[in-house]
Amino acid sequence: MAQHQINYASSAGLPIALTSVDKLVNWGRSNSLWPLTYGLACCAIEMMASGASRYDFDRMGTIFRASPRQADVMILAGTLSKKHSEFARRLYDQMTEPKWVISMGSCANTGGMFNTYATVQGVDRIIPVDIYLPGCAPRPETLQYAMMMLQKKIRRESANMNNNTKQNLRLV
Amino acid sequence: MRKYTPKDNVQGKSYYTDRFWVAPRVPRTTLEEGSHFAKVVETLGEFSKESYIEVKQLIVHIDVKEVVNVMKLLKESCGYTQCSEQSAVDYLAQDGEFELFYQMLNITEALRVRVVCRIKKGEAVESISELFKSALFAEREVFDMFGIKINNHPFLKRILMPEDWEGHPLLKTYPMIGDEFASWYEVDKIFGKEYRDVIGPENRDQSKIERYDTKRFSRVGYEVPFDADISNGEKEQAIEYSETILVDYTTSSKQLDERR
Repeated sequence: MAQHQINYASSAGLPIALTSVDKLVNWGRSNSLWPLTYGLACCAIEMMASGASRYDFDRMGTIFRASPRQADVMILAGTLSKKHSEFARRLYDQMTEPKWVISMGSCANTGGMFNTYATVQGVDRIIPVDIYLPGCAPRPETLQYAMMMLQKKIRRESANMNNNTKQNLRLV
Repeated sequence: MRKYTPKDNVQGKSYYTDRFWVAPRVPRTTLEEGSHFAKVVETLGEFSKESYIEVKQLIVHIDVKEVVNVMKLLKESCGYTQCSEQSAVDYLAQDGEFELFYQMLNITEALRVRVVCRIKKGEAVESISELFKSALFAEREVFDMFGIKINNHPFLKRILMPEDWEGHPLLKTYPMIGDEFASWYEVDKIFGKEYRDVIGPENRDQSKIERYDTKRFSRVGYEVPFDADISNGEKEQAIEYSETILVDYTTSSKQLDERR
């Protein structure tokens, strides 16, 4: 007795699933978000904990990559100093499109408690940010939640990045 | 006419001051006859302009031109083989001078000497990196943070700030949140000056908490309605200090004696 049976009344009588190109592409993009291994300060410790076995980022398809050429997401984890801002922007520019940015922690969001001459007062001054993640430092669960929010955002977007109304600071 | 405010010290003052905390003053003692420090001062001879002991350390004031000679004597004749720290203090507003200091360590005696000298703005000091390699980085830091030039340094460039930075951040005339150059540094460098209008000025939080402001801050410990007046007719009062307490750091000695 064959247990499996095709329901000829639905799915046009064939074992197929119908979808749009946008959904298919975004399904792939959102479930294989590869962040750049880029820790700037103490938030990086939480980011490392998120990647390690207890919190296990891998189960979400989030695998840290050590090269900007292979990464989709830049997690700016920590205080960005003015001296380093140039290199952060260069790493962002080296990432291939499509790319997303998570600003992790108070320091990356606003400069945090470092109201000084040497700290960039919010990374969105130099890099367009998708998700602002509050906390000092955010727990690994918070970073996981941010990643899930980013997945949601990607699933809403168009597969053609030119159609998205993302404000991007490009060099003219 | 606008009210004149002095520009020689623009460092922000702390808005919070503990009213019971008094900065301790360290007592100074004179040298004991026949002690190790007395021998050090004797070896230095005329170089030592003033010497006393603070917190079991010998402080020697010297002339800035004699730095290398004094270091050589300390290293070769007195056994001070390490220069553990070297930096400066900005006294430009007060005296028109920097105070340069060198912290020396004698490992066999477990004793420290601080060599202190005064240097005017624009003057240069001779490098001691020939005697102590540790001074290479320390002198670069002095140059970076205070703008004091070091003669005969093999590689004198900024160590902490970027090479194209303007200004010396540890000067009292340098504002804590940076000058105009500092506030636009990353924008100018990455996008160019024409992008200043696009990105806009920095939005800095001064993080000041007004004591009686119930609009923007909630009370800790007891709840009050939004925008309630909780001052009870009291005006902001200046902070009063208790009498100066002298803390004697020299009486108790712990680990060094036991180690011997």
